[in-house]
This record gives sequence, structure tokens and C-alpha cells, in this order.
Amino acid sequence: MDIAATFFYLFSVLAVASGAMVVVAKNPVHAVLFLILTFFNAAGLFILLGAEFLAMLLVIVYVGAVAVLFLFVVMMLDVDFAELRAGFIKNASVGAIVGAVVLVELAILFGFKGFEIGKAGKIAAAIPSQGSGLSNTEALGRLIYTDYVYFFQGAGLVLLVAMIGAIVLTLRHKEGVRRQSISAQVGRRPEETMEIIKVAPGATIIPSAEGQN
Amino acid sequence: MDIGIGHYLTVAACLFTLGIFGIFINRKNVIVILMSVELMLLAVNINLVAFSHFLGDLTGQVFALFVLTVAAAEAAIGLAIIVVYFRNRGSIAVEDINMMKG
Repeated sequence: MDIAATFFYLFSVLAVASGAMVVVAKNPVHAVLFLILTFFNAAGLFILLGAEFLAMLLVIVYVGAVAVLFLFVVMMLDVDFAELRAGFIKNASVGAIVGAVVLVELAILFGFKGFEIGKAGKIAAAIPSQGSGLSNTEALGRLIYTDYVYFFQGAGLVLLVAMIGAIVLTLRHKEGVRRQSISAQVGRRPEETMEIIKVAPGATIIPSAEGQN
Repeated sequence: MDIGIGHYLTVAACLFTLGIFGIFINRKNVIVILMSVELMLLAVNINLVAFSHFLGDLTGQVFALFVLTVAAAEAAIGLAIIVVYFRNRGSIAVEDINMMKG
């Protein structure tokens, strides 16, 4: 067995095993950590397939951002997760049936004698050969900045909308918080805020009620 | 033994099935349901990249990139909704989400 096959089996077995642990883990924090392990192993599979850029993207975006976001939310919310697990066994039978049906369907689709793909009729963008000196990242960059530039911009727009949406959803205006209002500070006029009183000698001053709050 | 596309498709099929299974057994916990959806999207990405490699066409990787983008956006929005919902109701159980009487 050559080294690529060894690593393929290592990564795929670990990915499937940790994927199983994600869905059955008792503690959601453990589930998130197993999700991170799954993503790492999937990144290893991507490297075996020659997609180095996507593998790095998976590690940076998923492990670095999405999984940490999950971890953050799981730890921030004070939820009784034991209560949420009630009916776990009851649902497990239904889930196992549906899962088995899907798996059998996929197995039938691939065929038991092995799945073979024919030659692609028309290659839209060929993967650069080893000797061309063009890395995967460079080739992918050339493709998304030329042929797929509108889709690329659309993806950026999706992320922008998601960012604004998340901020708008979670932003909270608390009542009774005194914030600094710079426009109010700059817009103050001396005649509105200051009162000049001429004091006669020997007289006392009774402060006026206005401006004393 | 040579690793062909069938091997990769098998791994992706297992992960996808695990995602479906996870949605069913964690019916009450929205966070684990979101994680299961992420698993399913990962399986789709493995399929796309495997076909891209074995057909010699880079377009599959471009598509996987867009799937990754949408998955990240979906996770961010979903978690934001969960946080807001927990702030308002003090629970994230799926059965309690019935304010719209749908």
C-alpha cells in the first residue's frame, strides 16, 4: 500500500469517526471540537486531491472562524443541554432508518461494482500539469478573477449581507445608558447653557431652576 | 490499491448520511442541527473537489469555494438568530419556536 493510500484511509476514517462523534456527543463543546477534527481531516483529503488552496481555506475559514463561532455561542448561551437531549433514543431509531435509506440510495447510485467516470466531454478549465510551474492557488486565482468574476463579486456580496445581518440581529440598545453624543456637544451654544447674572453688592443669588438637572 | 473516485464518494456519502442522522437525533438542539448542516456541506465539498480532481477540471474547486462562502454566511446568520432568540425566550429548544403559529 503506497503512502497516498495510507493517508487517504487515515484521513477518511478519522473524518467519518469524528463526524459520528459530532452528532452523538453528549456535550456540545465536545461536538464542536470533533467538528474541528472533521474539518482538519477533510482538509487533509483536499490536499491529497491536489486542492491545496481549498484545504487552507477550510482550515482558516472553518476552523479559525466558523467553528470558533460555534464554540463561542455554545459557551455563551446558558442552556440546559441535558434537557435538550430528552427523546434522543426515540429519535435515534427514526434517524437511523432515514440515514440507512439515504446511504443505500447513494450506494445504489454509485453501483456496487465500483464507480467509474468517463472522460469529460468538454473541460471548462483544465488543472495545470505538474511541470507547468503554476500552483493550485495561482490557477484558481486566474480562473475566479476572469471567468467567474461576477460570481466572485456575488460571493463577496453574500458575505457582506451576512455580516450586516448578524450585526443588526445582535445589536442591542439598552435603555438608560448615557452615551456620548458628539453632535449635541458640538452644537451647544453659550446662550443656551450659560447664564450671566449681575450681582448687586450685598445681594444673594437664588439659582434658577432651569439648567439644574 | 489505487484510490479512485469511488473511495472519495464513499467518504462523502458517509459524512452526508451522518449529517442527516444528526439532524434527526438532535431534533431539539438547534446548535447541533447547524453543525450537522455544516457536515453535509462538507460532504458536498468533498464530492465537488473529488470530481474536479478526477475529471481534470478546475471548475469544481471554484464551485466548492462558493459553497464554502455560503456555508460561512449561513453559520454566521444562524448563530446570530440563535443568540437573539435565546435573549428573548431564554431557551433554544426547537419546539418552543412557535411564535408565528406556522
